[in-house]
Amino acid sequence: MSTTTSPAAGVGNFLDERIGASKLTKTFARKVFPDHWSFMLGEIALYSFIILLLTGTFLTFFFIPSTGVTTYTGPYSTLQGQEVSEAFNSTMRLSFEVRGGLLLRQIHHWSALIFVVAIIVHMFRVFFTGAFRKPRELNWAIGVLLAILAVFEGFLGYSLPDDLLSGNGLRIASGIILAIPVVGSYVSFFLFGGEFPGEAFIPRIYTIHVLLLPAIMLALITFHLILVVVHKHTQYPGPGRTNDNVVGYPLFPIYTAKAGGFFFIVFGVTALMAAFFTINPIWLYGSYDPSPISAGAQPDFYMGFMDGAVRLMSGYFEIAAFGYTLSLNIAIPALILPGVLTTAAIAYPAIEAWASGDKREHHLLDRPRNAPTRTGLGMMALTFYVLLWIAGGNDIVATHLRLSINDITYTLRVLVFVLPPLVYVITKRICLGLQRKDREKVLHGRETGRVFRTEDGEVFELHAPLSAEDRWTLVQFESTHPAELESATDGSGVRRPGGLLNRLRQRVSRFYFEDRVEPVTPAELLEAQHHGHEELSASGGEQPQVTAGTH
Amino acid sequence: MPAHDDHDDSAVATRGDQVPDRFENPGLPAHQHRMADTDAKAAKRAERQVAALFTLSMVGTVLLLVAYFAVKLEYNNMSFVESLDQLRLSNQLLGGGLAIALLGIGAGAVHWAKTLMPDEERIEYRHLQRGTDEERAEATAILKLGADESGIARRPLIRNTLIGAMAMFPIPALVLLRDTGPMPGKHLSETFWKEGIRLERDQPGGGAVKASDLTLGSVVHIMPEGLEEKAEDLLNERAKAAVLLIRLEPELLAAESVPGSYNGIVAYSKICTHVGCPVALYEQRTHHLLCPCHQSTFDLTQNCKVIFGPAKRALPQLAITVDDEGYLVAKGPFSEAVGPSFWERG
Repeated sequence: MSTTTSPAAGVGNFLDERIGASKLTKTFARKVFPDHWSFMLGEIALYSFIILLLTGTFLTFFFIPSTGVTTYTGPYSTLQGQEVSEAFNSTMRLSFEVRGGLLLRQIHHWSALIFVVAIIVHMFRVFFTGAFRKPRELNWAIGVLLAILAVFEGFLGYSLPDDLLSGNGLRIASGIILAIPVVGSYVSFFLFGGEFPGEAFIPRIYTIHVLLLPAIMLALITFHLILVVVHKHTQYPGPGRTNDNVVGYPLFPIYTAKAGGFFFIVFGVTALMAAFFTINPIWLYGSYDPSPISAGAQPDFYMGFMDGAVRLMSGYFEIAAFGYTLSLNIAIPALILPGVLTTAAIAYPAIEAWASGDKREHHLLDRPRNAPTRTGLGMMALTFYVLLWIAGGNDIVATHLRLSINDITYTLRVLVFVLPPLVYVITKRICLGLQRKDREKVLHGRETGRVFRTEDGEVFELHAPLSAEDRWTLVQFESTHPAELESATDGSGVRRPGGLLNRLRQRVSRFYFEDRVEPVTPAELLEAQHHGHEELSASGGEQPQVTAGTH
Repeated sequence: MPAHDDHDDSAVATRGDQVPDRFENPGLPAHQHRMADTDAKAAKRAERQVAALFTLSMVGTVLLLVAYFAVKLEYNNMSFVESLDQLRLSNQLLGGGLAIALLGIGAGAVHWAKTLMPDEERIEYRHLQRGTDEERAEATAILKLGADESGIARRPLIRNTLIGAMAMFPIPALVLLRDTGPMPGKHLSETFWKEGIRLERDQPGGGAVKASDLTLGSVVHIMPEGLEEKAEDLLNERAKAAVLLIRLEPELLAAESVPGSYNGIVAYSKICTHVGCPVALYEQRTHHLLCPCHQSTFDLTQNCKVIFGPAKRALPQLAITVDDEGYLVAKGPFSEAVGPSFWERG
């Protein structure tokens, strides 16, 4: 029973007696979260999703999801008298005649782009810092699913206004569906309610866009966040930060203000973009008609990589035999490639854990340089993605750089295979180099820029030793060794089962961990300090010790 | 003077004479106070800045409200350009006001947290996700007890019929989707074109095309005459029936395309054989047709064979001739399915 009379205490008492609010407050209000700018990427994605829900709801008040034909009579004079669909007509009315309608439509569209960008960048942050490692593999998989759903959701939303651009996007989608072996035309007929474009797709994708996918995504996001609380947030290595603690600021009041404020900042920036930068001006394209098209047509950026893969493919791969047609020229880039990429992304944490044999929990993030192979692989994937994305705009590249579109396409066909491995090697070398640089810094201190000359005329730069805190950040990591090959036979000379798998694992492990740089040990530092007295005057530095480097 | 003279060997933690294998975590660095923590004036300044940002937000909201009522989206007696300007003004004022309102709150809250709320880091400890052995044993026991109580192991009849029911239950969900669309049948292989249908210009007003109207090198976007009136699903038919009509020097045509041509005039399906975009770009000099979606390129002089890009099949030709009045007409339907490939296409 409440003994005070203040209104806040009254509310608190009400909630506590009904939902145990005091226990919840005790558990969650002072929960500690670490601070780092890169942790805000996921926040941007989350806030964009909320903005999408808010603005999307407003749009539904005016949008009519119908392909019914009507005559445009609105204020945009160049379209007046044209036959357009209800969907297009209502989007035009929303844009031109509803105050704030254009603004909210543009916020919605910009927000969708920011949502996908934030997800992609957030994923790469998680990847490069190793935040996907145990115990977060499931949350990584949820994230991958969310990324895919976000792309689908974006594409459906883009298709709703039924303008010329989005209609051609759907035409491509229908062509891709037709390329599904055996059942393609059936899937296409059931999805579109008959032939393309038909009249069913706008109401159908509308329901999927505003209800089905958002509901699934909301559920996944909730689960994603619950797991963040369950696992407690990862943190970057540094003095005082360990694998067993989390160092940061409490949820209430610090993160309530910071994260809450950041929501308003994300929303505000999106509003600013919507106020001053036009996006998807459907009045320039007109209502969809399967016959006309505009040159230089581009999908939203997140479809770009898939479109690029489709563009790069050669028609050679379409096979017609025994009275059937197998369109591998479409199926490989548009169906198989996204499937392979998704599977690889979801499986990656397990692959790396298998290679390292590490079954411990990891809450301290890796500095990307300290995981050279992973960082190399990530950059390789990123390069592949960006090349395909560029291929998706090969016509834009051609017109802007005045190059032959054929040359660009031929070049990119080669580059998608050559450049990613090259980037892998270069990135890995850079990482190892940075690790050696770290060693040198720990062993010999940081450069001060102060140059001295001795009486003998010898010149050298004064190095200042690192503080224990600064040094810790550079030496705290563990350098994983490749897995040892278990002997193929056990103690009594009987062949072990799974010998082949074991050898494969050893090869993968060597691929990952053979080239590595060990952190400086206290003994090495002591040695360097004693050594430094005589040695520096001769050469000005020593090669840091690198174990097992083969390149 | 050696460079490392000022090094202190005690920087390496030593226990007696033993050097540890790894460095030890030095712990959190000493906390550094901010200006606002130590200087009351600085704190007051920060307070005023936060309040100013929140006030700015209110100004933004007022701006939005004023813009909403002052800038109306009524375009009476406005020219095309003026009406677009009106829309832009409304959009910028509303959006600008909203942005100020939101950014004021956001920046204010963050500034407040960063300058005035305590910034001493706190430590919380983590626990392994895994339960203790006792907890795991208990959980296993509970599950086992539950399973025992349900009797699912002892009564295989129940278990097996349940599995059967659960396996069959989703089938209706798939079957219920059957009526989402008709069977493909021959739809994908048929178009509106048949013998004697005139070629009509695909533009407002339309109009059939006379062979004599076509000059050398001209390109006309074509639809079958009567499509608008007779087609059941106009867009579906347009999506298949679109044709490009081009007049070339007769000697440029490949031998295969000559039977379907008339005096160097040829008609080809405009729907890309890749994924179905309209192949609408014609390069007069090279006689190439280019699809703007994925750049499949078709050579008119080679019966529209693919010479570049992801498409495999040539654009199907629509055989044409002229009727008694000199208008171009189809000699018959397309001899193969137009548009993207599909499994049953053959």
